[in-house]
Amino acid sequence: MDFTSGKELLELCRENRFPISRAMLLREMDLGNCGEQTVREKLGRSLEIMEASVHEPLGKPRRSLSGLIGGEAWKLYSARQTPPLCGELLTHAIAYAMAVLEVNAAMGLIVAAPTAGSSGVLPGALFSLKEHCGWSETKVMDGLLNAGAVGYLLMRNASVSGAEAGCQAEVGAASAMTASAIVELMDGTPEMCFQAASLALSNLLGLVCDPIAGLVEVPCQSRNAIGVSNAFTCAQLALCGITHPVPFDEMAEAMYRVGRSLPYELRESAKGGNAGTPTGCRCARGSCGAG
Amino acid sequence: MNYISVFDVIGPNMIGPSSSHTAGAVNIALMAYRLFQKPIAKAVFTLYGSFAQTGRGHGTDKALLGGIQGFATDDVRIRDSYALADAAGLSYRFIWDETTKTNHPNTVDIYLESPSGETQTIRGESVGGGKIRIVLINGIEVVFTGLYSTLIIKQADRPGVVAHVTQVLSRHGVNIAFMRLYRDYKGGTGYLIVESDENIPDYFLEEIRTNPLVHEIMLIQI
Repeated sequence: MDFTSGKELLELCRENRFPISRAMLLREMDLGNCGEQTVREKLGRSLEIMEASVHEPLGKPRRSLSGLIGGEAWKLYSARQTPPLCGELLTHAIAYAMAVLEVNAAMGLIVAAPTAGSSGVLPGALFSLKEHCGWSETKVMDGLLNAGAVGYLLMRNASVSGAEAGCQAEVGAASAMTASAIVELMDGTPEMCFQAASLALSNLLGLVCDPIAGLVEVPCQSRNAIGVSNAFTCAQLALCGITHPVPFDEMAEAMYRVGRSLPYELRESAKGGNAGTPTGCRCARGSCGAG
Repeated sequence: MNYISVFDVIGPNMIGPSSSHTAGAVNIALMAYRLFQKPIAKAVFTLYGSFAQTGRGHGTDKALLGGIQGFATDDVRIRDSYALADAAGLSYRFIWDETTKTNHPNTVDIYLESPSGETQTIRGESVGGGKIRIVLINGIEVVFTGLYSTLIIKQADRPGVVAHVTQVLSRHGVNIAFMRLYRDYKGGTGYLIVESDENIPDYFLEEIRTNPLVHEIMLIQI
């Protein structure tokens, strides 16, 4: 069993009356020639690494190799005594997403989802929701499978590479994957999942990849915070029946076309955007950070 | 692996910060380690392009040094690979070459030397998402990715070696996905590279070795 577009995947889900996660699980078992247990064991390992990476920096903040970032997740988390401005759940999600980028920048163990630079979005949402709603590990695994299906389609039909299509292809893709996963876990339909994913792509369309000093630190870490916030917002819209007129497959293509039309300076070359500012250039020469 | 798996999207599991500059570097060095098949006394890494320019900030050096010690992309020992190399008595050197142009921006040459003086040089490219390509072995242009089980046979460029190898593979029922032959010059040294979707059992390597024109066999299993 296989599917190559959002349209095909939706038809499969409709015909068989199963969620997107089920379709992705069956595809993996079929193409990987393995049983459900094998897939679930590997997903379990992914969750284990994700869970450690969202929690670790809260107790033990660590500076990055360059000194540009470190300690942000703990700041967010420990300031929660006063009622948090974004609400408890979203504040959690943002702190977790930024925590993963801290672990990543300090050469810790993470799961790229779909890339290292966007690795905080999906675990930020999944673990804040898991703790908030008391979900089981199996349920969260379905979230990984659902997100994996959306990410696979973007990888196949568009791009998830910042060097090729900008940050919209990394954090944008992660945000679309996560929005879709949240909708399924909140009992939305497969159609609503793709609505959420389309909205998420649309909201971040055009986002450039401009890492200061070429490092996966600034602005990547706070972009993960916006990626997870956008995922929650779009999931909420879709769950309330709000739709985006452009279907997912067309949104994926639009994202890819916008990405390809971005100048080289704004595609991970560390020459434009944040990286191209006088301060960004100074950081690249090693004279900022740790401050 | 000819499809995009859920674990290509939710993955790889890796030591950060960059799939191309860290995980890809580990994979190239790990491939060099597995191809060498001997203890390593000395290693020299020459980094080019973006590897040379931003490698320090991405821990590319630690990743490379970890890979030749046999660490995979998700091995937390990568962070301490300098200390571990020192403790193992491994001598190493990094050359950061920002001027030489290479085909791919993320390129590294890895020179390995055994205690008894045997050497191997490979060139690898990190092509994104932790995926890699080996493009040179000991000065001979090749291409393989490690995504398939790969049999690499160093041979004399004379008639009959390819026929011999394919006969052995066919006798053991190995289905060949891709096969390519590379050489330095006519009658010189060649590399035959065979890739298969399935595991290539190693018990028939001895049979391939019976041909006197076969100099060396390396097998990388997926």
